[in-house]
Amino acid sequence: MSEHPILVGFDGTDAAHRAVKFAGARAEAEGCPIHIAYILEWSPYSFLSAQELEERHQRRSEELGRAETTLNPALEILKTKNIAVTYEVRYGHSGELMCKIAKEQQATQIIIGRKGGSALGARLLGSLALTLVQAAPLPVTVVP
Amino acid sequence: MFSPKWIPATTAGVAILSYSQLAHAQESGMDQAINEAIAPISNVIAGAIFYSVSIGDTEFPLIVGWLVIAATVFTLYFGFVQFRMFGHAISLVKGDYSDPNDAGEVSHFQALATALSGTVGLGNIAGVAVAISIGGPGATFWMILAGLLGMASKFTECTLGVKFRNEYPDGRVSGGPMYYLSKGLTEQGKPGLGRTLAIVFSICCIGGAVGGGNMFQSNQAFQQIVNVTGGEQSFIADSGWLFGLVMAIIVGMVIIGGIRSIAKVTEKIVPFMAVIYLLAGLVIIGMNIEHVGDAFYRIFDGAFTGAGVAGGIVGALIQGFKRAAFSNEAGIGSAAIAHSAVRTKEPITEGYVALLEPFIDTVVICTMTALVITISGQLQTDLTGVELTSAAYATAFTWFPIVLALAVVLFAFSTMLSWSYYGLKAWTYLFGEGKGKEITFKAFFCLFVILGASMNLDPVIDFSDAMIFAMALPNVIGLYFLMPIVKREAVQYWQKIDRGEIKKIK
Repeated sequence: MSEHPILVGFDGTDAAHRAVKFAGARAEAEGCPIHIAYILEWSPYSFLSAQELEERHQRRSEELGRAETTLNPALEILKTKNIAVTYEVRYGHSGELMCKIAKEQQATQIIIGRKGGSALGARLLGSLALTLVQAAPLPVTVVP
Repeated sequence: MFSPKWIPATTAGVAILSYSQLAHAQESGMDQAINEAIAPISNVIAGAIFYSVSIGDTEFPLIVGWLVIAATVFTLYFGFVQFRMFGHAISLVKGDYSDPNDAGEVSHFQALATALSGTVGLGNIAGVAVAISIGGPGATFWMILAGLLGMASKFTECTLGVKFRNEYPDGRVSGGPMYYLSKGLTEQGKPGLGRTLAIVFSICCIGGAVGGGNMFQSNQAFQQIVNVTGGEQSFIADSGWLFGLVMAIIVGMVIIGGIRSIAKVTEKIVPFMAVIYLLAGLVIIGMNIEHVGDAFYRIFDGAFTGAGVAGGIVGALIQGFKRAAFSNEAGIGSAAIAHSAVRTKEPITEGYVALLEPFIDTVVICTMTALVITISGQLQTDLTGVELTSAAYATAFTWFPIVLALAVVLFAFSTMLSWSYYGLKAWTYLFGEGKGKEITFKAFFCLFVILGASMNLDPVIDFSDAMIFAMALPNVIGLYFLMPIVKREAVQYWQKIDRGEIKKIK
């Protein structure tokens, strides 16, 4: 039994659900909790129009609400298992924030999904998987 | 356009030969009809706002003095806040004091960037050219001084903008002079005065939105397009209304049709254009490094002796002050509308951030334009407005007018979008919110895009100036009453910092 959770990166895609399933099995085997992080990509230096500034707070509440809804099926998957599950929805740069959350939660490992697609595409566009594999201070499992 | 200009005796002969292209290019058909219908109205408005007194042989518009006195009063009252707090402002913009839990909310940087996109534009390119073609290089000095003083005005109005903004139950925020004038003065037991000032401000703001924020923009964008497509011989030279119509349709697609993608693309390109403009300016200055000393000499000499300028020192000073105010809008109140949406518990922080705005706009960008024009020697020609800036940049890069044309159109477009929002806020303050009312304003706004492109420069500039400056009347009166509130905000904020309640996150 470990109190330190497995950190799962979530974004509502099929790949993320596969990652949640995989993490569920790992957590059950190890008897540790799961912490799901849903990161909404955001930069405080992006440019918004005056209209968007006015509505930003409202949009943010909506986005957070929508994220919770998206998380529900994933939480359902884990409900059937005997695991403690926590989650959080945050704004920021996904790579940086995953590492930060891992530290805050004292996670033992990170599990994320991968959409697939070509290696070239991932290199050009930059993917969370690549970033974490290179930068994370703890083991990272990428679920295809 | 026919104002007396600074023309050295040696080149005067040349200058007289190249008389104004635009007056001829635009005086025909549809354009002329629109021009003749609107010019008398704008003349009356401009005459009233720019009521002038004679100082020596120069007319001094009182409204310019009004703004500079206000900026000076705020500078002294807040103990040179623009210099003392410059570093703190930078660290706020960097997010050093931002609560990480507020990620996803409007940051200081975003509020500043949006407010800047409303002010950086043609004022920096065309306005400066107008100032130094009439007021000589010396106008630059007064423009920089007015920019530095204006930082204190901007600080005052943006702090109040956040302090007295409306936060609606659905999470939207709305702020600006109309709210701080009415709410702030009500708090001080003067509800009648507050309400009156707020209404006057809103009316002027709508005028400013269609004037400086719209007609001036479409006018200068059109002139630049004519300029790069062959000047007087251009196929489009007689069709200002057609250019205006196209521009109006695009603006309408964004503000009425809600097509965000067009605005998104503009937002991505505009900062890029601003950087290109600044870099090109630096390169030109670098290439002419041996003339920089002379340029500064002419700027200082012109500022204090008024050498060669109609009206002498006062002429240079008026032009410098006028263009600075028109470019950075300090004391006008417009920026307070954009700055109000920031997520912060301390209104004063947005004031500090806002004081960077006149610095970037006037002290950096406008000065760059003025230096390039002075160095290039194009001042001796009879050009003015955006054509002068274009010609100045073309002395170093022959292809630059095309880049500048694109930049001018994009700057004009983004400024129009910002002002359509400012105008709309004033409109809804007066008439209340509602789909129908908002569409009426937006359609009205688009109509003025067409009018602006169809008119000669002079009536457009006069009208734009008049309406933008008119906003300063109610705004500054209110700021005088409300400045003790800003001081209290500052005092309690620094107490919190001293007690360690607010500290750097990073």
